[in-house]
Amino acid sequence: MSAAIAFDGVGKQYGDFHALHDVSFSVEQGDFFALLGPNGAGKTTLISILGGLTRASRGSARVMGHDVQQDYRAARRSVGIVPQELVFDPFFTVRETLEFQSGYFGIRNNDDWIDEILANLGLSEKANSNMRALSGGMKRRVMVAQALVHRPPVIVLDEPTAGVDVALRQTLWAFIRRLNADGHTIVLTTHYLEEAEELCNRIAMLKQGRLIALEDKHRLMNRGKARSLLLRLKPAELPPALQPLLQGRRDDAFELHLDDCATLERILSEIRQAGVELRDIEVAKPDLEDIFLDMMRSQPRTEQA
Amino acid sequence: MTGFYTLFYKEILRFWKVSFQTVAAPVLTSLLYLLVFAHVLDAHVEPYPGVRYTAFLIPGLAMMTMLQNAFANTSSSLIQSKITGNIVYILLPPLSHLEFFGAYVLAAMLRGLVVGMGVFIAALFFALPSFTYPLWILVFAVLGSLIMAILGMIAGIWAEKFDQLAAFQNFLIMPLTFLSGVFYSIHSLPPFWQKVSHANPVFYLIDGFRYGFFGVSDTSPWVSLLVAGGCCAALALYTLHLVKSGYKLRH
Repeated sequence: MSAAIAFDGVGKQYGDFHALHDVSFSVEQGDFFALLGPNGAGKTTLISILGGLTRASRGSARVMGHDVQQDYRAARRSVGIVPQELVFDPFFTVRETLEFQSGYFGIRNNDDWIDEILANLGLSEKANSNMRALSGGMKRRVMVAQALVHRPPVIVLDEPTAGVDVALRQTLWAFIRRLNADGHTIVLTTHYLEEAEELCNRIAMLKQGRLIALEDKHRLMNRGKARSLLLRLKPAELPPALQPLLQGRRDDAFELHLDDCATLERILSEIRQAGVELRDIEVAKPDLEDIFLDMMRSQPRTEQA
Repeated sequence: MTGFYTLFYKEILRFWKVSFQTVAAPVLTSLLYLLVFAHVLDAHVEPYPGVRYTAFLIPGLAMMTMLQNAFANTSSSLIQSKITGNIVYILLPPLSHLEFFGAYVLAAMLRGLVVGMGVFIAALFFALPSFTYPLWILVFAVLGSLIMAILGMIAGIWAEKFDQLAAFQNFLIMPLTFLSGVFYSIHSLPPFWQKVSHANPVFYLIDGFRYGFFGVSDTSPWVSLLVAGGCCAALALYTLHLVKSGYKLRH
């Protein structure tokens, strides 16, 4: 089984500016994949290369095994992309827009599927409205619908929820989750890290055009800062045997380094032996945001153009 | 073929939905030219023996309007899509460069022919030109619209802003069409300007087109056909190459 998406040594250069440096990774079929990175990291360039909107200066990209240049017809049929910018054709209604988009992909009489997409995105009532008459959030929904008309096995959403209200975010994610459950591969870029944390199973991070992390979400969350344990004791004195684990103090609580559950056993038994009363205990897990910010800070700044 | 057909149909619908602006307006403009010039010149000028000036002017105006509208259709459609960004929805689907080229150019050609026909029908109330060789009329109408539709595509792809497109239109297309013999027979020009006119491809389009009506022209229609056909083929090949290479479309 070929990977849903495979980047192999992809580089992109605009004049002297390197937008992407030798990026290689793949997204497996059925993944719910997040592509994270600050503005200007190269996320959109990477997605544009996938859709044939931009041509890589080096390396190759494949969708479902089809090279995006050599075998562009099959590659483009396999992927539905929701662009980041809010774009629409003011001449047409929502339904016309979706019928045209189906036609461009060589599909006639797509009305049943179009109706289903419209219903799932809460657009049924707007089907015959002109695109100009829609609110920003509604236009965004149409853009999602446009990416789905040809039932692509791979769906790429470039910041689909930027500037969008909560209702749409929920409708949208419920629908995308269902598509993922049906076997579609989903790739999303987002600035809302909690979305990536909640939805995705694998995560890649880009920084200044380089891939700096690519991992299963849980492994990534365990990386970065390890878990820590917050203890409130009475009297507020840490037994000497636990001093090596001490990371710092937060108000009246001791923050201890916690590698695994065996360490927790040891800590608790030391406290019992020292005859100290345990008043409160809390395990603090880092969230994706911490890890993200950590990684963005810790990587050395390299050859800035 | 569905992809091509859909894009072709979309392009037709795009101008047809605003046909008051894209069809009716240019027809009216031509009629105004016809009214004014016919009033001033009909009694004084006889371009060919036995041909009234008003009758002579009608094919010229019809051709000029066809050319301008064919150019406007591809160029404005492309630049609008580029500037608003919705061109991505044409670039993401699996359309080949041939489908892309064919759909835009043929829809623009169709607009040219529709508008030309409109000018013609409206002008019939003023004077009736003869229809000596209908096939020549058709050949040059199609070739002229095609050439300008292709030039419009080049301009639309090349221009990044509306003012660049306007420059292309005002400094290249307008002089070429106005100085091609729309309003006069080039035999009335001094010898030097006659020679210059012969370097203008649009001259051959209008001259050949007029030959279809009156059976007389400044140049042999076969020469006109050769020049126009050659231009059309060269421009088409060049533009196909541009689209295939992704020039200014796929970065």
